[in-house]
Amino acid sequence: MLGKTAAHIFWMFRYLERCENTARIINASHFISLTQKQNITNQWDSILNVGGNKSFFLSKYGEVKKSTVINFTLRDKTNPSSVLSLIGNARQNARVVRNNLTKEVFETINETYHILSNIFKRPINEKNLLNTLSIIRTKCQLARGTLHGTMLRDDTYILARMGTFIERADNTSRILDIKYYVLLPSVGFVGSNVDNAQWENILRSVSAYRSYNWLNEYEFNPRGICKYLILDERLPRSLIFCNLSIYENLVAISKYYDKNFNSLIRSEKFYEEMLNLTIEKVFEEGLHEFLVRYLKNLFILSTIIETDFRFYK
Amino acid sequence: MSNVNVSKLYHFDEMFDNIFKPNECYKEYFEWLKSEDLKNLKKKQIESNEFFKKTGITFSVYGNLEAEERIIPFDIIPRVISEKKWMFISKGIKQRVKAINYFLHDIYNQQEIIKAGILPLELIKNNNSFLNEMIGFTPPGGIFTHIVGIDLVRTPNEDFVVLEDNTRTPSGVSYMVENRQTMLQMFPELFDKIKIKNVTNYPISLLRSLKECYPKKNDSKQVIAILTPGPHNSAYFEHSFLADEMGIELVEGNDLKIKDKKVSMRTTQGYKPIDIIYRRVDDYFLDPLTFNPKSILGVPGLMDVYKSGNLTIANAPGSGIADDKAIYSYIPDIINFYTGEKPLLKNVKTWRCSEKNHLKYVLDNLDSLVVKEVHGSGGYGMLIGPKSTNKKIESFRKKIISNPDKYIAQPTLELSTVPVLTNKGLSSRHVDLRPFILVSPKSINITPGGLTRVALKDGSLVVNSSQGGGTKDTWILEDF
Repeated sequence: MLGKTAAHIFWMFRYLERCENTARIINASHFISLTQKQNITNQWDSILNVGGNKSFFLSKYGEVKKSTVINFTLRDKTNPSSVLSLIGNARQNARVVRNNLTKEVFETINETYHILSNIFKRPINEKNLLNTLSIIRTKCQLARGTLHGTMLRDDTYILARMGTFIERADNTSRILDIKYYVLLPSVGFVGSNVDNAQWENILRSVSAYRSYNWLNEYEFNPRGICKYLILDERLPRSLIFCNLSIYENLVAISKYYDKNFNSLIRSEKFYEEMLNLTIEKVFEEGLHEFLVRYLKNLFILSTIIETDFRFYK
Repeated sequence: MSNVNVSKLYHFDEMFDNIFKPNECYKEYFEWLKSEDLKNLKKKQIESNEFFKKTGITFSVYGNLEAEERIIPFDIIPRVISEKKWMFISKGIKQRVKAINYFLHDIYNQQEIIKAGILPLELIKNNNSFLNEMIGFTPPGGIFTHIVGIDLVRTPNEDFVVLEDNTRTPSGVSYMVENRQTMLQMFPELFDKIKIKNVTNYPISLLRSLKECYPKKNDSKQVIAILTPGPHNSAYFEHSFLADEMGIELVEGNDLKIKDKKVSMRTTQGYKPIDIIYRRVDDYFLDPLTFNPKSILGVPGLMDVYKSGNLTIANAPGSGIADDKAIYSYIPDIINFYTGEKPLLKNVKTWRCSEKNHLKYVLDNLDSLVVKEVHGSGGYGMLIGPKSTNKKIESFRKKIISNPDKYIAQPTLELSTVPVLTNKGLSSRHVDLRPFILVSPKSINITPGGLTRVALKDGSLVVNSSQGGGTKDTWILEDF
């Protein structure tokens, strides 16, 4: 497998994962805005913060409004993290290495791109928002599903999986970080309406609202939510789940190539750190501080993968 | 045919003797077509083009910065050729391709053909397609042009004649295969009824043929890669299609490096040597040390490796001299010189503006001739006299007079047509045919059929996809 191909496969699945998560975040905010009477702009503000492009948005649109944020996040070509840009990037990567993908995987992504660029020709409004978000989510899942169901279990597959979990860990920690102030243990706010809505939003953004309630019988508290999203190995979008998956895939590729990579050692250490972590330690360090450190570790790991598998040189 | 209107058909259409009687080779197809409903056919036509979009068979147009990808329109009415006719065509092509390879070897070595006074030296001197770097060199296996496309047109007087040879990097073969795949999906019942020669195994034939061109290793474990200019190239789909079907890597210049006197590609596990490169990059971009120093598409030092015999490049650098339009008119003489045979396939009559009496004839008859640039391609920079205005003809006249060596002229041919499906029913459109030929030291292999390009604009003679051309599936019947 060419180093270049490894890079394209890895990034293709990073873009797809980010696409799906963006749709999920908008979905959560939309849901909350329909059920909550107050403090609604805050929801839309935080979407811009997750994307890290709030200042760009403000320079272009002036004020934060639901409809502009939605359209900016979904279909603005000048926004590099809009769903339209992301799916375009995913598809461009797929196009370059289509000879390494099954026909089904390529066609799913190609078709998704055509469907979405067509939908995004016109503004998205309340009426077609949910349907659009659902298309984004299901199509990204379909791409992952065809990968799972049709691809040879070789280095290509493993790199696709690594891209997926690195991006997922990144996205989940960003969602947590944007809302860290909500989750800070603060007696005054606990139990208030705003807090409940914010928590609900976080859980819904990672599709974990129902399962959290199922496991915790509607006991919302920052400790429980943080523990669930960071340290519960059963939740497929928790940080530790991603750490485990990255590690497992590096084990697999090391076996495949019969070579121990630096990234394997690094990811093993990273996963072990997470295993030894407790939620008390996270709060002791400070949630924000922890997440900043986590994202930095993740970035370093991603860079080592890049070098190990000769993406660019 | 109850619903399909056939009134708008030209008199030299391949499907019909006259509008009531289909030609022999179209008989079975026409039987089927008669029973089809126009509305349903139109639906299939739309579906087939959706199929191309879904599969991502797209290209971008040069000179268009906001290059949105487009698909080449596909027409669902096949072009049918009898096996007998095909046998004749392929015999003629084999003879031509064999002679072209002899010629290439000779022109870069002994140059007997010039010594014999058949080809003027001037045609080689100062010709950009002639590479001095190749003088005295014989490629591994002795083959210069491994993958050839010969453009044929059909005229009422001469039947199939050669309009152009493509000996550098002919493209379009992926469309030949995908057109067939599309037809198989759309009309499986037709393929049950009518036996047609297969084209979909082309990539495997290509793989085998290329492997025979690197005689150093005989264990067939040669490593082959396709060298592409990259995803922005208009033929990128074809490059990735072939790599995929052949199960080989698709590389760009920046994936390659010279290591231990071999061209090697950067894999996830380090550099891996390559034995054979099927390059889809032009000569001048192959090696910045030898050719264009600004090229980022090639590999520095590639030519040194090539000349040391550690690499096969298909097609060999310098093969383009054989499809130069100035050389074209000499091909019948070339065939005769190297094979001692009369050419089976004729050329289109060609006047060389570089010769005084030819030039005079051309200038006197501009309004009835087609004038082409010697080094042009893609249907650009040409004059079609009968379809042009006086003003355009006069400005072209000035261009020819100031630079006669740059032009050749041909009569405006009465090209054959094949019906296409339009909103109103069948309508005749002009077509050409590009069969694809694979050459190895062991064999010459021609895929039965090729790419039929069709000028979709009514009356137009330009079939190039960049100028509104489309394609059709080409059927060579299997006779029993």
